[in-house]
Amino acid sequence: MDEMTATVLEYVIDEYVDEDDDMEVVSSTPLISSGIVDSFSMVSLKAFLERTYGITLPDSEATPEAFDTVDSIVHLVRAHQANA
Amino acid sequence: MAFSDATRSLFAGTLQEIQDKGLFKEKRFIRSPQGAEIEVEYPEGAATARALNFCANNYLGLSNHPEVVAAAHAGLDARGYGMSSVRFICGTQDIHRELQDRLTEFLGTEATLLFPSCLDANAGVFEAVLGAEDVIIADRLIHASLVDGIRLCPAQYDTFKHMDMKHLRKKLELHADKRTRMIVTDGVFSMDGDLAPLDEIVALGEEFDAMILLDDSHASGFIGRTGRGTHEHFDAIGKIDLITTTLGKALGGASGGCVSGRAELVELCRQKARPYLFSNSLSPVITAASLKVLDLVMSTTERRDKLEANTLRFRQGITAAGLNVREGVTPIVPVMTYNAKLANDMARDMYAEGIYVIGFSFPVVPAGAARIRVQLSAAHEPEHVDRCVAAFAKVGEKYGVIGLDKKGIIEKYGM
Repeated sequence: MDEMTATVLEYVIDEYVDEDDDMEVVSSTPLISSGIVDSFSMVSLKAFLERTYGITLPDSEATPEAFDTVDSIVHLVRAHQANA
Repeated sequence: MAFSDATRSLFAGTLQEIQDKGLFKEKRFIRSPQGAEIEVEYPEGAATARALNFCANNYLGLSNHPEVVAAAHAGLDARGYGMSSVRFICGTQDIHRELQDRLTEFLGTEATLLFPSCLDANAGVFEAVLGAEDVIIADRLIHASLVDGIRLCPAQYDTFKHMDMKHLRKKLELHADKRTRMIVTDGVFSMDGDLAPLDEIVALGEEFDAMILLDDSHASGFIGRTGRGTHEHFDAIGKIDLITTTLGKALGGASGGCVSGRAELVELCRQKARPYLFSNSLSPVITAASLKVLDLVMSTTERRDKLEANTLRFRQGITAAGLNVREGVTPIVPVMTYNAKLANDMARDMYAEGIYVIGFSFPVVPAGAARIRVQLSAAHEPEHVDRCVAAFAKVGEKYGVIGLDKKGIIEKYGM
């Protein structure tokens, strides 16, 4: 697992999974469609990505589909870094 | 044609998708006044059946209380039916002012402003008070109307894990640089029936100079020693900056809501909140009846105490019967099924037993956390509560969930 995937995954687990929850979350685990992250709390994740990677994610791109797995999030962040 | 066949088919397809996902809300008609025992037409067109109602927000049993009904009649005679105006033009009567003052006294705040509903209060309060330099930090399970209000407001927002004070602290630290911070929480969360730890939230608010907004819709009238709400329960009267609440649940159950709290913030709502500015307020008849409701609630704790006794009786009974329930102290008792179909199947069988309850599943509650939500009322008699418990025991037996914990139910039915 590369560094960015590890960082985002760690944030997602810390931010969205309760300590007493025995759920296993990996980089391909669906986040939005499974209900781990909802559209309201997604804002925390978006702000984290913008703060950590110095990018701005427009709402049109920060969609539930793009945010559905850590892998797809990393893909989105990389695309923005490449275009910066 | 403005509504062509192609357009009609588009919307019909959307409705079919809702059906296919099992999320379609069926029509249910009540053919009697609201109460412990009601006459129900369900499904639509079916013969009327009598059922005990365990899914209303009629916590204090005031929805059809004779003194409230009489006050409504008197209000209709004295002040008429409608106002045909928003509040700030010619839609404010003396009884609106009186009701606001009584709510201020009841909630222990500085000022109150009526809204057409608490949904409207929540939709308008944030935009009226906060700006882009401010941040809202909200519990993740707050009511949908608060979410909508937050989204309508230019302030930044962030969320914290449900009732997780360590996480809230972290977020307050993260946002220490903002002009103001506002913590937002429900008092009693409507789906789980759990109480926000308001004492800890108040302490964090003081430590980090953060205001607190409390939606106490499922608490006003019965939580706390004299029913003032969650802030009374946690000895925090006077420490909450904004309270939004409803007259549409325990406090008479018709409609109407309010923003109550710091005088400057309430005045900002009067000046700027769009649902207040651009919609008629409560009708005179509801306003007059609500004044009677507050008289009743503030003169005795009898109904609140009866609700508490009914809640205890049900919680003890249902636990002894071996159903899986979320522990707590409020009259909202989720009987957990985890599986959505099981919730709906059991609710349907409960109705056949003469008990009106509803199954809730994703997206109303988190995925894999389906349940039947039971709501107690002061209108229930002990025998009503016992009949509900007995029906759950019978239906639970049929589905083989008696004595099963979360793991056992999920193993049997899946999530």
